[in-house]
Amino acid sequence: MLAVLALWQAAVWLTGLPTYLLPGPRPVMQALIASRTAIAQAAAYTAGETLIGLALGATLGIALALAMATWRPVGRALAPALIVSQAIPIFALAPILTLWLGFGLAPKIAMVVLIVFVPVTQALYDGLMAPPAAQMDVALTMGPSRCAMLRHLRLPAALPRLASGVRLGAIYAPVGAVIGEWIGGARGLGALMLQANGRMKTDLMFAALIVVVALSLALYATVDRMLARFLVRRGFC
Amino acid sequence: MTAAPRSVRVTGEAPGLFAPVDLTLPPLSVTCLLGASGVGKSTLLRLLAGLPTGVAFRGRVERLPAALMGQDAGLLPWLTVAQNVGLGARLRGEPEAPARTARLIEAVGLEGSAGRLPAQLSGGQRQRVALARTLAEDRPLVLLDEPFSALDVRLRLLIGDMAVRLLTGRTVLIVTHDPAEAARLGDRIVVMTPEGLSEQPPPRGPIPRRHDAPDVLATQARLTGRLIA
Ligand SMILES: Nc1ncnc2c1ncn2[C@@H]1O[C@H](COP(=O)(O)OP(=O)(O)OP(=O)(O)O)[C@@H](O)[C@H]1O
Ligand SMILES: [Mg+2]
Repeated sequence: MLAVLALWQAAVWLTGLPTYLLPGPRPVMQALIASRTAIAQAAAYTAGETLIGLALGATLGIALALAMATWRPVGRALAPALIVSQAIPIFALAPILTLWLGFGLAPKIAMVVLIVFVPVTQALYDGLMAPPAAQMDVALTMGPSRCAMLRHLRLPAALPRLASGVRLGAIYAPVGAVIGEWIGGARGLGALMLQANGRMKTDLMFAALIVVVALSLALYATVDRMLARFLVRRGFC
Repeated sequence: MTAAPRSVRVTGEAPGLFAPVDLTLPPLSVTCLLGASGVGKSTLLRLLAGLPTGVAFRGRVERLPAALMGQDAGLLPWLTVAQNVGLGARLRGEPEAPARTARLIEAVGLEGSAGRLPAQLSGGQRQRVALARTLAEDRPLVLLDEPFSALDVRLRLLIGDMAVRLLTGRTVLIVTHDPAEAARLGDRIVVMTPEGLSEQPPPRGPIPRRHDAPDVLATQARLTGRLIA
């Protein structure tokens, strides 16, 4: 942390760039304090979008993965599509989402959902399709229904993979929200950054950027801890 | 208890692995199968369980509904010992049988561990849970792949004897690397080599036999001799 600050300050001194191009830690700190109300409001808005989007995206991802594992043809058809969809620059979809869903909360949440659900689906589907061999062998001789097999063996065995997917989703989610705010709308940290940039208030933009990073880290740490605790409770370590 | 009306049999070959074999498990008796590592014992057992084997097998399998204990204990890490023992009922949507489960857990010497998770158990304890789970299944055919390999000498004797008693009235196949175990527990003893199967006459007397009976010791010695030849 201190090293980053020192490096940052050194870069400002060495390059001699004016504050409106590269503000040092001090002006950014001052901007953070001066605009704390605006930043806090924007942060709350962005955090809200992120959390709702993450929850919806994870739910959608889980449902899709379960459907794919239950109906094999669906799974076989969608699995490659899922990978290909990763090649679509989500950024490019943001204007379309704004076009369809307006300038409110919806397109931002949709953005987060889009960015979150693919890794969640992918991770859970992979887990569901690769159940532990020895446990499957024993279970198969017990005469279970396919549904019981999914519910009592394949799904619980895939939970660690699902957790990895949700962790990835938690990393991407704030990015999705900020991108959504860049494209359309007046609220949130992304919009604040854009406005600050337009008015050459580079220090405020940096302040907002730092809050975005802090928000992302806090979200990841929280999700990571919750998932780890959940897995330990379920007998995984 | 379900009686085994007909014998269980696997005939055929796995080119490159083992020559033509004809393994018949006489109804209501314990067959012990020995042989070098990698010779195909688990493969035969999986064929009898109706599981995929990953080797090219050409032949016929006559099976009965089977309970399986694999070489890997295969416990579900998120279920407690008791829940693992009751896995079959859970998977079939049958009501739990807590009293029966508790009795089996006690029989394998794990009373007091019913609420623990597999990760909190030793390898031998996990193996005993897997055995209890197999015994909980009410199947005419029981297939055990090295069921006592992780147990100390004393437990191996106690639990081996207990298992054989509890499995009376079923057709049982035990794969083992331990000649002493085969001599004590086998109504029939079969040795597997890449050339095929061959019988080893079992010691006299009903199973489980005493570990120090002269006949058992003699059979054990002869088996050891064959296995190291
Ligand atoms: N899924 C698989 N794919 C390819 N080869 C396999 C597969 N499973 C087993 N084999 C091969 O079949 C052979 C027999 O394996 P098997 O597990 O039946 O041996 P085993 O007699 O039980 O040995 P051990 O005493 O070590 O358990 C081995 O050489 C193994 O490499
Ligand atoms: Mg084996």
